[in-house]
Amino acid sequence: MGKQKLVIIGNGMAPGRALEKLFEAAPGENGGTSAFDVTVFNAEPRVNYDRIMLSPVLAGEKTFDDIVIHGDGWYIKNNVTLYKGHKITEIDRTKKTVTSDTGVTEGYDKLIIATGSSPFIIPVPGHDMAGVVSYRDLDDVHAMMLAAKKGGRAVVIGGGLLGLEAAAGLQMQGMEVTVLHIMPHLMERQLDPAAGYLLQRSLEARGIRVHCKANTKAIEGEGRVSGVRLDDDTLYPADIVVMAVGIRPNAGLGKLAGLEVNRGIVVTPDMKTSDADIYALGECAEASGQVFGLVAPLYEQAGVVAKNLLGGSAEFHPSATATKLKVTGCDLYSAGDFGEAKDREEIVLRDPTRGVYRRLVLKDNAILGAVMYGDVSDGPWFFDMIKRGTDISEMRETLIFGQGYQGGASADPMAAVAALPDDAEICGCNGVCKGTISKKITELGLTSLDDVRAHTKASASCGSCTGLVEQVIKLTLGDAYQANAIQPMCTCTDLGHDDVRRLIKAKSLKSIPAVMQELGWKTSCGCAKCRPALNYYLIADWPGEYEDDGKSRFINERVHANIQKDGTYSVVPRMWGGMTSPAELRAIADVAEKFNIPAVKCTGGQRIDLLGVKKEDLPAVWADLNAAGMVSGAAYAKGLRTVKTCVGTDWCRFGTQDSTGLGIKLEKFLWGSWTPAKLKLAVSGCPRNCAEATCKDIGVICVDSGYDIHFAGAAGLDIHGTILLGHADSEEEAIEIIGALTQAYREQGRYLERIYKWQRRVGTETIRAAVIEDRANRKALFDRFVFSQKFAQIDPWAERVAGKDAHEFAPMAELAPMQAAE
Amino acid sequence: MNAMTKEWIEVGAVDDVPVRGARRVHTQAGEIAVFKCADGSLFALRNRCPHKGGPLSEGIVHGHGVTCPLHNWVIDLSTGEATGADKGCTPQIPLKVEDGRIFLDGAAIAKLAA
Repeated sequence: MGKQKLVIIGNGMAPGRALEKLFEAAPGENGGTSAFDVTVFNAEPRVNYDRIMLSPVLAGEKTFDDIVIHGDGWYIKNNVTLYKGHKITEIDRTKKTVTSDTGVTEGYDKLIIATGSSPFIIPVPGHDMAGVVSYRDLDDVHAMMLAAKKGGRAVVIGGGLLGLEAAAGLQMQGMEVTVLHIMPHLMERQLDPAAGYLLQRSLEARGIRVHCKANTKAIEGEGRVSGVRLDDDTLYPADIVVMAVGIRPNAGLGKLAGLEVNRGIVVTPDMKTSDADIYALGECAEASGQVFGLVAPLYEQAGVVAKNLLGGSAEFHPSATATKLKVTGCDLYSAGDFGEAKDREEIVLRDPTRGVYRRLVLKDNAILGAVMYGDVSDGPWFFDMIKRGTDISEMRETLIFGQGYQGGASADPMAAVAALPDDAEICGCNGVCKGTISKKITELGLTSLDDVRAHTKASASCGSCTGLVEQVIKLTLGDAYQANAIQPMCTCTDLGHDDVRRLIKAKSLKSIPAVMQELGWKTSCGCAKCRPALNYYLIADWPGEYEDDGKSRFINERVHANIQKDGTYSVVPRMWGGMTSPAELRAIADVAEKFNIPAVKCTGGQRIDLLGVKKEDLPAVWADLNAAGMVSGAAYAKGLRTVKTCVGTDWCRFGTQDSTGLGIKLEKFLWGSWTPAKLKLAVSGCPRNCAEATCKDIGVICVDSGYDIHFAGAAGLDIHGTILLGHADSEEEAIEIIGALTQAYREQGRYLERIYKWQRRVGTETIRAAVIEDRANRKALFDRFVFSQKFAQIDPWAERVAGKDAHEFAPMAELAPMQAAE
Repeated sequence: MNAMTKEWIEVGAVDDVPVRGARRVHTQAGEIAVFKCADGSLFALRNRCPHKGGPLSEGIVHGHGVTCPLHNWVIDLSTGEATGADKGCTPQIPLKVEDGRIFLDGAAIAKLAA
């Protein structure tokens, strides 16, 4: 028997997901599916993209390419015939054919109608004028972005999910935005009045004007919009008007074909229309008397359609849905049903100072609905209990505070992760959920965090979810997985960092090939993980003896500048203690103009960053900066970066010591040193701490009696205040302690381990004993540091201006215009 | 169509390329990276990582592979394919050495521009 023909009208997210499910369940030999020949008609001239992400595109946070779900290649690979820009105008149910507006006719055995929905346009006078747009597809987003380029004023009609995302996006694009909403509070379908109020307040704080109970009378203008008038005669001037008042299902084609149509095309729970060979899917379908606009139920429908196409008997039953607003800085979450009724109870938590609001609606000891504003971290937990109808009578007293306050959960750290449903998102950067991780672990037999990262991308971007991912691995593998077992440096060896380092010393290994040979490396010349680590260990352990291996350094440390996403570099000259002068600034300005450097920016460490320098220009840029007395700021180094200072007793009426002077001395003492990871310092002249020394790797707070030395702060992926290590009575003592501390970190820190992580591993007491209490040891550490600095304090820029590594910067050849074959 | 006959373009000396390193060749069709591995073998690839277009010439060379400096994809120099769990391929340019000079395949470069 030949394959059946499946035709799909519409190419949105729901049919895209249905096809994925179909290809997964009945894969064909060469991609696609063995069950059907698939043809898709798309009225939009595009491939399938993620409509949910249009808001980040509008806000300029993502591009269209970022949100494509299925590129052209996907259709080819899966043997799907895709007609782009073809609108189906007719379905002939007797002949079983569809016909497009361009005259293409295709026969079908099974048909899926997935025509989606259209934005609802309020038929007020002026609604069809130029400058009135809806918010539905990429064309609308482009129209809005174009309008926003000219700046000016935007009015958004509709304060629901889409309207608010449009408003925030337009504001990010630089427009002055007003939101008009007909109901008494924003997002009334998802929020109760209290949360709506908090949302309005936070939008207003961002500069978006909100007018509720606003009834639009007319859109005014001559040929082009100039404003929106309300029925109380208020006039809001506008250069663009966005209508985002709702959607309505595109059921016209179904009606034309004689299918049963109500608000949408009516389907039974198996997603079939009144014609058993025709399915309706997505926003155009009406199931159990409801139409749907959020992605979760639509994806559920897609799964049902795919199963039933293959002869299954799946059913779609609407369940609770959850909503999040994708506006940066507005955290709100709502799930389930939170209307009031006689037989329902509620629990409310308010914290006005923090702007936190939580409300749970309960019935018969189960949660029906949840609304959260401000702190939404427990959203998925509540949502899971709503879906499961969990009996909450046992934890009712602490329920509102969230999962962290439930007795059992805090005792067993794994319980929280174990309780998460499979579709709970673990990695926000890469959108990986728990089920995907555990499935891949089982399918592919993964056993380590690295494997899981490689195959799922979970925790592969910012890494802040690493702990969660490890817990999922542990839950899936049980005791077979030991997170705390010694992690090998990389796949080239079974030895951990500490072992390798100890053996380098014990066996007097003084080159990378010697390390690899003696310690039995499994690869011929290592990899991009172990080579930079070995290079650091050797340079730190054998100062003056080991010759730096540039080819084992990351590009930034090889060319002494920071690579940017387009392959250009950024250059940061050193400014000792953050001090500069008119002559230096003039030289920087001259360099920026001479080399057409597109961006000049201040860094967080009190330096000036020249961004977008071409690689070929680097030596000449450095030559000019050197000529003005400036050296490399090492903004690229796993080494000393910056010493930030305040103005201290030189200028400040509160200053207790010369913080600027000490900062300069420290920077001149420490510059050029390589450390396991970057090292940032700051010196504040008094406890008011204007130099923000208490979140640095090493910080000094000047006090009347001398200098408090702090360390192990963090202000990046992790945030930690520093720990007070000790006190120095004089500048000399402060410098000795800091030198000794740096050297201890250099000797014990694992490559890429920041000082706060080293502190956590080794313990503050051990470090304090070594660099504060044991004076002889402190002096010995200090002397070793001073010795190694003799070989480190050479300006890398000057070396390269003088000709070192010239091959790095010039291309090997410039080929003349194409001389090859035609 | 006799122009389709292979034309080899000289780009420099074998010694111009550092061991475990790379050099760039500018062409009308974009940059090409010429790599030299620890064992002395040479490879040429289009200088764009299949992931986000990172300049592969700036990466760390190990074995017959290079790690892209932008997001650490590892590309097999002998095939141009991403290794491990990543998927993607960057075009390879045939290369030959005669008398210590490196030649690239002109037809393959021309194809890059297409």
